[in-house]
Formats: sequence, C-alpha cells, structure tokens
Amino acid sequence: MATEAQGISGAFWQQAARRLRHNPRALIASALLILVVLLAIVGPHLTAVRYDALDWNALAVPPQWDGAHWLGTARLGRDLFVRTMVGVRISLLIGVLASAVSLIIGVIWGMVAGYSGGRTDELMMRAVDVLYSLPYLFVVIILTTLFSRGSLVVLFVAIGAVGWLTIARIVRGQTLILARSEFVEAARAIGVAPAAMLWRHIVPNLSGTIVAYATLAIPQMMLFESFLSFLGLGVQEPLPSLGNLINDGAREMQSAAWMLLVPAGFLLLLLLCLSVVGDALRDALDPRDSTA
Amino acid sequence: MLAYAARRLAALPLTLFIIVTLAFAVVRSAPGGPFDAEQSLPPQVKANLERAYGLDQPLALQYVRYLRGVVHGDFGPSLRYRDLSVRELIAQGLPVSLTLGFCALLFALAGGLPLGILAARRRGSVLDHGIMGLAVLGVALPSFVTGPLLVLVFGLLLHWLPVAGWQGGNPAYLILPVITLALPLLAYIARLVRGSLLEVLQSDYIRAARARGLGSGRVIWRHALPAALLPVVSYLGPATAFVVTGSLVVETVFALPGTGRYLVDAAINRDYTLVMGMVIVYGLITLLCNLAADLTYGWLDPRIAHGD
Repeated sequence: MATEAQGISGAFWQQAARRLRHNPRALIASALLILVVLLAIVGPHLTAVRYDALDWNALAVPPQWDGAHWLGTARLGRDLFVRTMVGVRISLLIGVLASAVSLIIGVIWGMVAGYSGGRTDELMMRAVDVLYSLPYLFVVIILTTLFSRGSLVVLFVAIGAVGWLTIARIVRGQTLILARSEFVEAARAIGVAPAAMLWRHIVPNLSGTIVAYATLAIPQMMLFESFLSFLGLGVQEPLPSLGNLINDGAREMQSAAWMLLVPAGFLLLLLLCLSVVGDALRDALDPRDSTA
Repeated sequence: MLAYAARRLAALPLTLFIIVTLAFAVVRSAPGGPFDAEQSLPPQVKANLERAYGLDQPLALQYVRYLRGVVHGDFGPSLRYRDLSVRELIAQGLPVSLTLGFCALLFALAGGLPLGILAARRRGSVLDHGIMGLAVLGVALPSFVTGPLLVLVFGLLLHWLPVAGWQGGNPAYLILPVITLALPLLAYIARLVRGSLLEVLQSDYIRAARARGLGSGRVIWRHALPAALLPVVSYLGPATAFVVTGSLVVETVFALPGTGRYLVDAAINRDYTLVMGMVIVYGLITLLCNLAADLTYGWLDPRIAHGD
C-alpha cells in the first residue's frame, strides 16, 4: 500500500515537473524571481552605504550610474538602491511568513471541515463564507493599529490570520473527495485515529495543492503588507518596505519621479513573477481547476 | 424566493450584532485611550473628560449604553473631533465614498464584461492573448501603484486631468480615482467572464442550440451568456468588499474627503466611537451588497432552491 502510494506520488511530481518545463512563461518568471531575490540578498553588500544612513550631501539626487548612489537617494539622502533591496527582503519575508500562517490555519480548518462532514462541516464553512464577504483588510487595519503599530510579528500574524479563507475552501473540497476514497476507507477499517489519518494520509495527498496555493498566497500577502505600509500602518521608517517606499515616492513624485518608479517597479516585477509561477504551479499540480 | 429573502434579511441584525460586539471587545481591549495622544493632560482633566464621555463607567455598562444608542441611530460623539457627532462625520464623508465605489463597480462591469466576451469569442487570437495579458497585469497592479502612476502621467506630465481633490463631485476629478479603484476589478471580471463563457460554450445545450442552426451571435447572447454571468454575480459580493477596502487607498492618494481615512485615523487616535461607527457602516454596506448578490444569483439560476 505504502510503496504503491509513493510510486504514484513520485510519478505525480515528475509529471508536474515536466508540465512546468514546457511552460516558457513560468521558466522566465522563475528566472527573474531568482535574480531579484539574489540581488536583494547580495545588493546591499555591494555598496558601503547602510539602508538607514543619511547622506546630507546628496538629498534627493536622481539616479546616477557612476556616482555613489546608483538609483539616487530619497528625501533625507538615504540610498534608494540599498533601501529598495532591503525593502524587497522585508516585503518578501513578511509575504512568506504570513503565507505560512495562513496556510497552517487554512489547511487545518479545511481538512477538519472536509473530513468531519455533516453539521461540523456546514458550520465551519458557513463561518468561512461570512468572513469571506467582509472587508477583511479592515480587520487587519484595526488589529495592527490597535496593537503595537510597526511590530513585524503583529504584522505578519495579522495578515496571515485573515488570508486563510481561500485555501480553507480548496483544501476542504479536496479532503471531501479524499475522505470517500478507498485507501482512507481501508485505513479507517484498520483503526487509524482521525488525527493520524489526516496527517499520514490526507496531508500527503494535498501537498500538490498546498504548494501551488502557497506560491499564489505569497504575492497576495506581499500586497497586503505594502498596502498597510503605504497607509503608514505596516513597516515603519527607518526600516524600508516596498509599501512605505512607494508611499514616500508618491509624495515626491512631482519633483522626483524615480523615488516612486524604483520601488513600484520592483514590487510589480515580484508580484507578476510570483503570480505567473503560482498559476503555472497550480496548472501543473492541480490540472482540474484552472479557471478561477 | 421571497421567504428566503425575508429570512436572510432577518439574519442581518444578528450578524451585525455579532460584528459590533466583536469590534467593541477588540477596540476596547487595545492599550491606550483617546486622551493619551496629545500632550499629556493633567490627571484631573483626563478624569473629567472620561467622566463626561462616560468612559469611567464599567465596560459592560458602556457596551449596553452604546448598543441602546445604535439601535436608536445614535453613534455617540466623536472623541477626537470634539464638536461633531459620529453621525455627522459619516454623513459628511459617506456620499463621497459611495459615489466613488458605485462608479468604480459600474466601470469595472462596463469594461470587464465586453473584454471578457471578446476574448472568449476570439479564443487563441492575438486579441485574446493581449486582453488576458493586460488582465494579469491589472490584477497584479495594486491601486497604490496605479494611482500615483496615473497621476504622474495624466496629471503631471500631460495635464489632462486634475491631480487630486473632490470639488463637490466634479466629474473631471472623479475619473482618475474611479479608474484606479476599478482597474483590478475590471481585469478580474474580464478573466472570470472569459473562463466561464468558454466553459459554458462546451456544454451540451449549446451544442444542441448550434445543431438547431442558430447563429453564433444568438447562441452567445441568448443561450451562453446568462449562464456564464453567474460567477460574475457571485463575485460581486467579494468585489464590494474589495471596493470598500480599496477606497481607503484611493481616497488617500487623491486626497478625497471620504470616510476611508476615518477608520485608520480613528483607530490610531483611539477614537472609540468613530471606529465603531465606521465598522457598523461598512459592515452594513458589505452585508447588504452580499445579500443583493446572493438574491440576484438565485433569481438568475433557477437550479438554486432556497429550501422554502
């Protein structure tokens, strides 16, 4: 039984990898993504300037390829290249951590609902429906402003805690099908306890879906983060994030458009690449549903 | 159908009550108070202020009082804008926000539906790929990026449209904010319509209609489209929530005097009554829009039995 399942799942991942290799858009997007991430990791070390250092001799200078500040500086003379790179790091980090939080909640919620079925299922999914229809960013706004504004931990927990609804729905749907399948029936017959059943038999079969939606969740969460930082509720100066850099840039755009264009460009690049890769992964791992 | 509508309407106050209660608990359990922000007041003055607003009473009593006020349409005085009541503040800003949101929804539908239908009818063509490529971009572009960029191009470089402000609802001032708010929705609706129309076009009854010799235009408009629009209708609920949140950014970018900024500022300032008022108003708007979307869905799709 176990070896057979492993054989099937091995073939499953191989097949998915083959589908991905035949998707040029996804390959380009992943290459770009890796490039940006490497740049964000290495970039700040290429110049001696720190992300919060003030350069009073170079206030709001435009990009200059041979000068000290490649992409120019912000209002207080902070180097825009270093700030943007550190901003990419922080935004990505929050995106990944918040996605992890929302995946953990969503997978458990969806799995328990789908596996229990009946009234429990109905109640749990009804709650998801109600939450789904509320402007949940309002909840995040209220949570982050009321409880220690600017704390990164509060930020990603709050974002993650409201972003789990979609994944819960999808996992519940899959679990519903899995729970009726023969191998689960067999496991139940030999007396496997519910918790062990979910962990040993359901989760492995959900892994494809989970990986695909994790990739799609990251840009979503990054968007929330920059949204909050743009409103001044997320990452606080002098720590940069793409959101608060864009906010700063938008204020100065009349005289210094580069302050807006540089961080906005990086945010767009990241969001686009991540959603293209995520879409491709979903198509590769979960061929049934590709319309949504 | 009518019974279903009545039942949903009857559930509305209960949902709202739960929202109000949760919001009250969260807002009041936050550290700090409304009179901490300014230069620190002498303790006696602060105590007097708190007594004047009833904040020295036990929390349970305040809660009951607040609920009683809300039932009578009284949201209390704002703790920050001392001369104004929460109701006056909302009455000032809400028309702006509603106009913005309503125009954005209309624009998203007016743009997204035709584009999606066009892409589906020319499936695989350059046009289809072009529209869908733009749609991916539109969904990924956050409004706090498109807003400033649109201002930069159309306001500062080309001088075609005003940069910011409201001017009593002058349409010229409305164009850029509405486009900014509607763009992601428009893109999403276009994708949704294309996907569902293509799916419907493969179903048996469409093949039967074609077999009867109906023209492709008639098949699409009379037979396929009504079914293909169902996902769009059910998306209108989440879309409302999106517009409500998105208006926050758009109102900030374009300096519009709407209610969006109230929530953020009020939460920062611990203006308890204004936060609660905003939660109630926005909660009610989204609940009503969801209800409307669900009812329309049931009306369009006779397969949905509402268990009457």
